[in-house]
Amino acid sequence: MAATPSSEVRSGLKLISPPVFYAILMLAAPLATVLIYSVMTGEKGAVSLPLTLDNYYELFTKPIYRALMWRSLMVSFFVTLATVLLAYPVAYFVSFHVNPSRKSLWLFLITIPFWTSYIIRVSLWRTILGYDGILDSVVMGLGLSDTQPNILSNGVLSIIITLAHAYAPFAVLPIFVSLEKVDRSLLEAGQDLGESRWMTFLRVTLPLSLPGVIAAVLIVFIPTVGDYVTPELIGGGRTPMIANLMETQMLKQRDQAMGSAIAVAAMTIVALISIAFVLWNRRFLGGRK
Amino acid sequence: MKKGSGLSVYAILYLIFLYAPILILPVFAFNDSQVVAFPLKGFTTQWFGEMWADANLRSALFRSLVIALCTASLATILGLFAARASVRYNFPGKTPAMGLIMLPMVLPDIVIAMALLIVLLSLSVPLSMLTIIMGHVLLCMPFAVAILTSAFQSLDKSLEEAALDLGETRAATFRLIILPLVMPGIIASFLICFTISIDEFVLANFLGSGKPVLSVYIFGQFRFPAKVPSMLALGTILVLFSIILLGFAEYMRRRGIAKAGGKDSGGFL
Repeated sequence: MAATPSSEVRSGLKLISPPVFYAILMLAAPLATVLIYSVMTGEKGAVSLPLTLDNYYELFTKPIYRALMWRSLMVSFFVTLATVLLAYPVAYFVSFHVNPSRKSLWLFLITIPFWTSYIIRVSLWRTILGYDGILDSVVMGLGLSDTQPNILSNGVLSIIITLAHAYAPFAVLPIFVSLEKVDRSLLEAGQDLGESRWMTFLRVTLPLSLPGVIAAVLIVFIPTVGDYVTPELIGGGRTPMIANLMETQMLKQRDQAMGSAIAVAAMTIVALISIAFVLWNRRFLGGRK
Repeated sequence: MKKGSGLSVYAILYLIFLYAPILILPVFAFNDSQVVAFPLKGFTTQWFGEMWADANLRSALFRSLVIALCTASLATILGLFAARASVRYNFPGKTPAMGLIMLPMVLPDIVIAMALLIVLLSLSVPLSMLTIIMGHVLLCMPFAVAILTSAFQSLDKSLEEAALDLGETRAATFRLIILPLVMPGIIASFLICFTISIDEFVLANFLGSGKPVLSVYIFGQFRFPAKVPSMLALGTILVLFSIILLGFAEYMRRRGIAKAGGKDSGGFL
């Protein structure tokens, strides 16, 4: 009854072809188009030959592009730092101190806010942080300060707070998964051999959970660089990031070639940073073993 | 638990931080003031009435529901194919194929939206609800695959082989044995894709025509301070609704794993 290898291959290919065909049509082909457009000349909603690297030249020489790319990377860096640092103790708590039968409930509670109305959550931060908003009214009402903090006036800080909140669950899950894999008998061994709990954590648990931390960093860092909604809503368009610039070029300036070049350059930079981060940590991990 | 007590306090504070905006929603949705700030003025259901009287909102909601239903069905069906293929069969090109299918999970929405948009524009495809559905299916497919893969993984292969040995055809085995066992996973995947589609903004904004869907409508309304309280009322209802949907999805997912005799390994992702 066992299927022969060749019929198994055929069944597998037959099954996978509809979703792959869809992904090629809707994702691979459009991405390839972006790549080609990025080396063409764009004007007034159309692109034309000859092939040129002018878009990329402009991208690397005009200060506005560099400034917005830098701002996006900085925002992502701080968002990633905040989410991962805040998430680690929670993941540790759920993995080591929560009764196994309750773990799924905790994870469910942590993930729920992530699934509920992104637009409303982001908009809410605007009413929370804005001038005479909820935070200001609490601070003034409690007499903590004589002037409104009006955090919203600081566009970058508001964006960081909002994004760190939105991506929090993303950081908890991978760290939790890697902590679950830590062999508990190693910890007992460490303590039997006279290590303190803190030293056991530093020398056993933390290094073993680093793959989860690395995954968490990437999962938060990659999408936040390209976040469009938060700068638009929170910054009110006054604190654009690279995604907003991409949209402006594509739709408002109708320069699809330049917009494509921004997309390709931003994705390449993010990919290079991610790869460098993983390589750097692989060496670091190797040295620990 | 002595050592865990400091950590548990932190974990509870963390949950409060996560839930703070959601908890603020109903507080100000029932507050009798157009100004969204403390101190509270009094109780009112005015904002809910105002929200419901808004005909534009109702038609935006209707469009969103149609899009979400189509998206969830299509993404789950495509997800079934991919998950079944990846769990059950080995074939050349499996890793790149699955990588391409899961790619939308890590790509920024704006890149997917812009890439699709320039292709649609260059082919002069008119933007409509259909183009939003096309984008949403792409975006939801990875989540469907992830949920369905774990449903298929907890499936005991010997059940399938037994049915085949007893003379059932492959199609009948799939329909009679496999499908019922992964049904909870299918329902979970449908609900998750539905929630993602209702919630999604970037693709819906750029791939849609002038008629906004719910998320795009909300985005526009938040610019007018007078509209904010009724948007908070809407948000309260949406959040309640999605918590119920997700609770049900989680219940189905766990039941599915328990039914197939597997061990629960955590949340959705």
